[in-house]
Amino acid sequence: MFDDFFTRALVAGIGLAITVGPLGCFVIWRRMAYFGDTMAHSALLGVALSLLFNLNLMLSVFIVAAVVSLLLLLLQKRGALSTDALLGILSHSALSIGLVMVAFMTWVRIDLVGFLFGDILAVSEADIDLVWGGGILVLFAIVYLWRPLLASTVNPELAEAEGLQPERARLYFMLLMALVIAIAMKIVGILLITSLLIIPAATARRFATSPEIMAVLASGIGVLAVTGGLFGSLHFDTPSGPSIVVAAMGLFVLSLLPFGRKGEIETAIHSTHGGHH
Amino acid sequence: MLNFRDPDQKPLVLLNNAGVRRGGRWLVRGVEFSISRGEIVTLIGPNGSGKSTTAKTAIGVLKPDEGWVERKPGLKVGYVPQKLAIDWTLPLTVERLMTLTGPLKGREIEEALHSTGIAHLARAEVQHLSGGEFQRALLARAIARKPDLLVLDEPVQGVDFSGEIALYDLIKSIRNQTGCGILLISHDLHVVMAETDTVICLNGHVCCRGTPQVVSQSPEYLKLFGSRAAKTLAVYSHDHDHTHLPDGRVLHADGSITEHCHPDDGHHHGAHAEHGHDDHDHADHVHGPDCGCGHQNRLQGLGNKETRRV
Repeated sequence: MFDDFFTRALVAGIGLAITVGPLGCFVIWRRMAYFGDTMAHSALLGVALSLLFNLNLMLSVFIVAAVVSLLLLLLQKRGALSTDALLGILSHSALSIGLVMVAFMTWVRIDLVGFLFGDILAVSEADIDLVWGGGILVLFAIVYLWRPLLASTVNPELAEAEGLQPERARLYFMLLMALVIAIAMKIVGILLITSLLIIPAATARRFATSPEIMAVLASGIGVLAVTGGLFGSLHFDTPSGPSIVVAAMGLFVLSLLPFGRKGEIETAIHSTHGGHH
Repeated sequence: MLNFRDPDQKPLVLLNNAGVRRGGRWLVRGVEFSISRGEIVTLIGPNGSGKSTTAKTAIGVLKPDEGWVERKPGLKVGYVPQKLAIDWTLPLTVERLMTLTGPLKGREIEEALHSTGIAHLARAEVQHLSGGEFQRALLARAIARKPDLLVLDEPVQGVDFSGEIALYDLIKSIRNQTGCGILLISHDLHVVMAETDTVICLNGHVCCRGTPQVVSQSPEYLKLFGSRAAKTLAVYSHDHDHTHLPDGRVLHADGSITEHCHPDDGHHHGAHAEHGHDDHDHADHVHGPDCGCGHQNRLQGLGNKETRRV
């Protein structure tokens, strides 16, 4: 049952899920879901450019996503249009320009569905190295940036007043997002990257009592979703990306069920009383 | 308690003719003041008068577009912003909030929570706190880091009156124990902490400044607020020598009208003078309906110590 390609997909998918957990928490804390979507959609432009100029795929996706996020920061500073409208313009323009460019390049055959929805067959051993190498880099960066990132999530002015550098943390965060999008593209696909960021983090919220616990839980839940999704994908012969998202959604729905809630309240009451005495 | 101030020492922060402009409009201009160790400076003024902007400029969150700001090298700031909304998706207990911008020892966290009266809420999620409890948590966080300069933007908002007095008492004792400088923004135009060394009234520029009058001795005030309040709160009575017209121009007491308002344009009388209650000359004072200060009402409510002689 464990074909070689499937093991590769599983190893890559688990690495990816661990990486995106903490980052996904910041995406929902900072209300940046649509922002992540925009960066992810611009990845198709990166794919087109990589084919056109014969560049490394991940590198060109990373560069395009980073450029789009910087462009958005610049446009935001001009303040003429709302962030929402700007995101809508950038997101779909980048995606459409990518699609149009790919259509013009009649000399290359490209599996568009694979890019949009992920393709476990496409995961090579080199991809695994990139996912784990890039993932470890992202995790180290997140740990290093944790305090300024968290403080500026709560309030950037507070963070700056007390000697942290929220602008720099924000810039690094954008670059980490671009990196994660570049490595996630093959496994979940361009259109579904943000769901792998958001759904496990949202599921983790219910069980988390601190930001750090939520980040770790999000990674764990992501691993479950990827594993479940990939097995489903193999079994039902469905595209890997949507299968992973369906599995993640299943876990999210489970987390909404009211089990253990009564116990939680009781514990809370007991601990409050304990604190008084 | 005033011996913290050492005349040879440089102030913690010094603003010199500082102004901040956004979208072609001056939010605040010509601001000059300094805060030394052990000093409490209170900013008051109507909405949109540039209080928060001034405080943010002082601590370096905003850069002045004119003038300059000098901060003591390595200045450690504790900041309570005016508005702070924490997204529900962020699981944050009061205890975890304490170490948001820097590590603290467990004992330091405990002490800060204890002094603000919320030790029993250490493990509560901040989203479940009431407005007053949340303000205390923010204050606890700011003082736990033992700052050189404490900047409090409306720290008593959402706190009931007795809580307000307790918090002002706490702020006073923090100053007395640690000798830090305090920049306080008051949500009330006229009632300020009695311990305040300097009150600065802003309205896009420094309107006036001085020491708060000790009206706590006034029987009307005692009757209204009680003797406990009188020890903690004081009324800052101030007169304005100009009126802001609805079109943005300024009507001066000498009858002239100018586009803007500068302390040194010759229309003002002693912008740096300390205003007192009894030795106070109101002859050149014009109270307009849009004065923006509303202090007539307040002072009348307090038994009207200020007599208007216009």
